[in-house]
Amino acid sequence: MAGEISLRVVTPVRLVLEEQVDELTAPGPLGQLGILPDHAALMTTLDVGQLSYKQGGANSVVTLAGGYAEVLDNVVTVLADAAEFPDEIDTARAENARARAERALEETDPTDEEALAAARASLQRALVRLETAARR
Amino acid sequence: MPSLKDIRKRIASVRNTQQITKAMKMVAAAKLRRAHDAAVESRPYAEKMRELLANLSARVSEDSHPLLVAREEKRIDVLFVTTDRGLCGGYNSNLFRLSENFLGEHPEQEMSYRFVGRKGADFYRRRGRSAMDDSPVTWNAPPEEIAAAAAGRFIGRYLRGESDGAYILYSRFRSALSQVPTAARLIPVAPAKVDEDQQLTEYLLEPSIGDLLSTLLPKSVEVQIYQALLEAVAGEHGARMTAMESATSNASDLISHLTLQMNRARQAAITKELLEVVSTAEALG
Repeated sequence: MAGEISLRVVTPVRLVLEEQVDELTAPGPLGQLGILPDHAALMTTLDVGQLSYKQGGANSVVTLAGGYAEVLDNVVTVLADAAEFPDEIDTARAENARARAERALEETDPTDEEALAAARASLQRALVRLETAARR
Repeated sequence: MPSLKDIRKRIASVRNTQQITKAMKMVAAAKLRRAHDAAVESRPYAEKMRELLANLSARVSEDSHPLLVAREEKRIDVLFVTTDRGLCGGYNSNLFRLSENFLGEHPEQEMSYRFVGRKGADFYRRRGRSAMDDSPVTWNAPPEEIAAAAAGRFIGRYLRGESDGAYILYSRFRSALSQVPTAARLIPVAPAKVDEDQQLTEYLLEPSIGDLLSTLLPKSVEVQIYQALLEAVAGEHGARMTAMESATSNASDLISHLTLQMNRARQAAITKELLEVVSTAEALG
């Protein structure tokens, strides 16, 4: 059976994904957000994390670098700052990014909240990408 | 009358120039296609974001977020988008005119400029208007980074009360042949209006409407700048393609004119030689 939810993931750069899926799980602000067919209309922010979706028996994953999602009449639109499939992730680059972010986190002045938050966010992005790449 | 040799030299040099303009035209056409694709690909995101914002802002009052509140414009920030390189016809001079008109329409206000594109920065450096900060003025960074940096800067200044509004001056892409210099307001954000009679969908909102607005609004400013930059790039290549196309055909005209001149000069030389031979023969005869 074809999926009942049509899922669309767009970034400023391109349309990443347009599929019919059975269910999906997104990184919501209050924890993982599972969406099944006939979900109530919802608008939410998304954290950095993995968006996974099921089609038939197959599970697929996309990393998201934060964004927004709208659920309306079984149409889920995800506006992501960036999105990547596991096989698009360059592990070496992600590893570098993680090392850089960790260093930045140590060197940042602990009173500078903004810089600290930025460093933490980039570390998290790198970690999520590595985790997704590992599932390849 | 220029000698035969002079004319030949000129024809060769014009032909050289023509080859360059032809090559530039083809390069611009290829880049235009890519830039145009990028602008089209980014459209779904921008449209959805506009939709979300319209929907959210329809259910709150205007003063629920500082970026929605308009105040009297005393100090205005301007993002002036031009190109780094020339040879693109009237593209930049149209933008200069737009900018000068914009300044003329706001004589009372204190204007701070931020530049994308060396041409605009040079234009105002010659006129003694400096940029509001020392951010780079070239297109070296990817457009999304330029947009994020500019949006962050403008929003920060607006929220701290250092400016009372922000505008972007850029060339809107209509087609390869036509770019429209446009001044658009970035801040305060004016969300699209939802039709009155259309029922507002009742959304669950997470984490809260305030949180959603306070991340969506800055993002929408950034997206608006990003879109404008993409269109500006596409327009630049379009303008360059058109300019180089007409330069190439001008060179063709010039070459055929010069060839005609050359043939006339050659004919005149032959006639002169003949005359000399004939008159010598007669004199000797």
